[in-house]
Amino acid sequence: MSIGSFLLRRLGSGLLAILGVSILVFAFLHLVPGDPVDHLAGGEATVEQRQKIEKCMGLDQSMPSQFVSFLGHVLDGTLGHQCPDPKGKPTVAARIALVFPHTAALAFAGMLAAIVFALPLGILAAVRRGTWIDTLATTTSLSGIAIPQMMFAPLLVFLFFVTLGWFPGPTETGWMALVLPAFAVGTHLMAMLARMTRSSMVEVLGEDYVRTARAKGLPEGRVVFVHALRNALLPVITIAGLQFGSLLSGAIIIENVFARPGLGTTLLEAILERNYPVVQGTVLVIAGIYVLVNILVDLAYGIADPRIRRA
Amino acid sequence: MKLSMSAWVGGIMLAVFILAGVLGPWIAPYDVGPHALDLPNRFQGASAAHWLGTDSKGLDTLSQLLWGARSALQLSIIVVAISSTIGLVVGTVAGWYRGIIDEILMRIVDVLMSFPGILLNIAIVATVARPGLGVMIVALCANGWVGYARVSRGQVLALRERDYVTAAVALGASNRRVMWRHLIPNLMGPALVQMTFGFGGVILVEAALSFLGLGPQVDYTWGAMLDQARTFLWKSDWVTLYTLVPGIAIMWVVLGANLLGDGLRDRLDPRQRGRS
Repeated sequence: MSIGSFLLRRLGSGLLAILGVSILVFAFLHLVPGDPVDHLAGGEATVEQRQKIEKCMGLDQSMPSQFVSFLGHVLDGTLGHQCPDPKGKPTVAARIALVFPHTAALAFAGMLAAIVFALPLGILAAVRRGTWIDTLATTTSLSGIAIPQMMFAPLLVFLFFVTLGWFPGPTETGWMALVLPAFAVGTHLMAMLARMTRSSMVEVLGEDYVRTARAKGLPEGRVVFVHALRNALLPVITIAGLQFGSLLSGAIIIENVFARPGLGTTLLEAILERNYPVVQGTVLVIAGIYVLVNILVDLAYGIADPRIRRA
Repeated sequence: MKLSMSAWVGGIMLAVFILAGVLGPWIAPYDVGPHALDLPNRFQGASAAHWLGTDSKGLDTLSQLLWGARSALQLSIIVVAISSTIGLVVGTVAGWYRGIIDEILMRIVDVLMSFPGILLNIAIVATVARPGLGVMIVALCANGWVGYARVSRGQVLALRERDYVTAAVALGASNRRVMWRHLIPNLMGPALVQMTFGFGGVILVEAALSFLGLGPQVDYTWGAMLDQARTFLWKSDWVTLYTLVPGIAIMWVVLGANLLGDGLRDRLDPRQRGRS
């Protein structure tokens, strides 16, 4: 299968998944008890005011035509507008665009923190397999998987901001303020990647080409870092890539602790406000990111490993 | 069954949790309901009267921990039971019939996987003003079955080519009989591994939801304790203990589940051995 037809197929099934998510969310929002008009209008709204809001949200139309107008807003790039006063408020797309840089910055920083710690830990554990170093590294990564962010993030704030004052705390901005949240958000991924690196390295170090490299007298460092590591990294890259999608959207706990704006927080707020257009728009963007990241990972994998391209 | 050392450790950790969940409310030294307020004794450290101190309302931390174990145990058992059943049935049906049924079911799985699970959980929980245990269960099962469905479908696709399955079909066994008597018993191993991991996963998600203020409205959950702790981050002599107690409890269960799950996987699913 050529790269082109592979891409087309993946894009097609990706779009299908995004459409599915949209329909699911749309149906779900309309099944939910609780009237969005009540929330926006408040208790003392007149019938006229209520009707105005209903018209603005399109709730006076039938469900299918509401869905069609949502798709229209996807196509014109606004993702819909916020009621009751669409002129005074930014479009949904603008609201998402406002928080997206924060989310992206946290995701990249978290990924960086995870990789910087995970690779040495995993490689060391694999090379010194069965020794106390291996045990220590394995225990560290297991703890990283098990530690709840709800405990780790507040403790980080308490230790490094409240007590020591080394890093800026919640609500502050700037590069330094990214350190603690990035570390907190990356811990789990770090642990997963370290485990993956270890098991992948152990497997590769047993391969024939590694024995060949050793037999021809290459220094051990070159064998480990050039011959073994390059091949061992493939599954690690896959996991890292796939997890990037969840870093982008699933950092909701960390955003909450550090009072940071972000996609996850925006969605949480919108769900609680029953702000339908924002919920739909945010879900669409998140699902889109997921699908896109998955396709990119598959492509990268195919480029890195020619055996897969032929399959 | 011969299990590794670490699997035993994990199993014992889980057993301690189950014991605490079952017996917790009876062995808890104090009451934790709203009527048990003891404001003069709030923010206490560890003492003979309160081994793990008290919270912002003067309630005993150890008792909250034990009550929290009860609600965590209830929720995780129910959610794992329901979602594994749904997943097993969906996966088996998809893998056995293939064709259009498989296509439809797997597209649903794709849709649920193209979206971070916790956000879906939040969306469902947020539909009611005061979420109880019931809504929580629905929310966690809504996407919880997906993993089981994937695993069992993969297993069935491999099992359906086995001789004993072919033999059963040749002898005229009905689809239902093949699925119940030949397929499902043989995929219980991988499913059990998945269930063990699922146990830890449910507890993490529940704690996350409680932490965001969306948890079940029972007297105490570990997530709600963590939520309370970070509200008083400035109470430096107290906050560390009150954060660590529920945090370590969650870690304990998740770690136990992972250790046991790894051990069971090595034992029951040899092809997966060595992968993480």
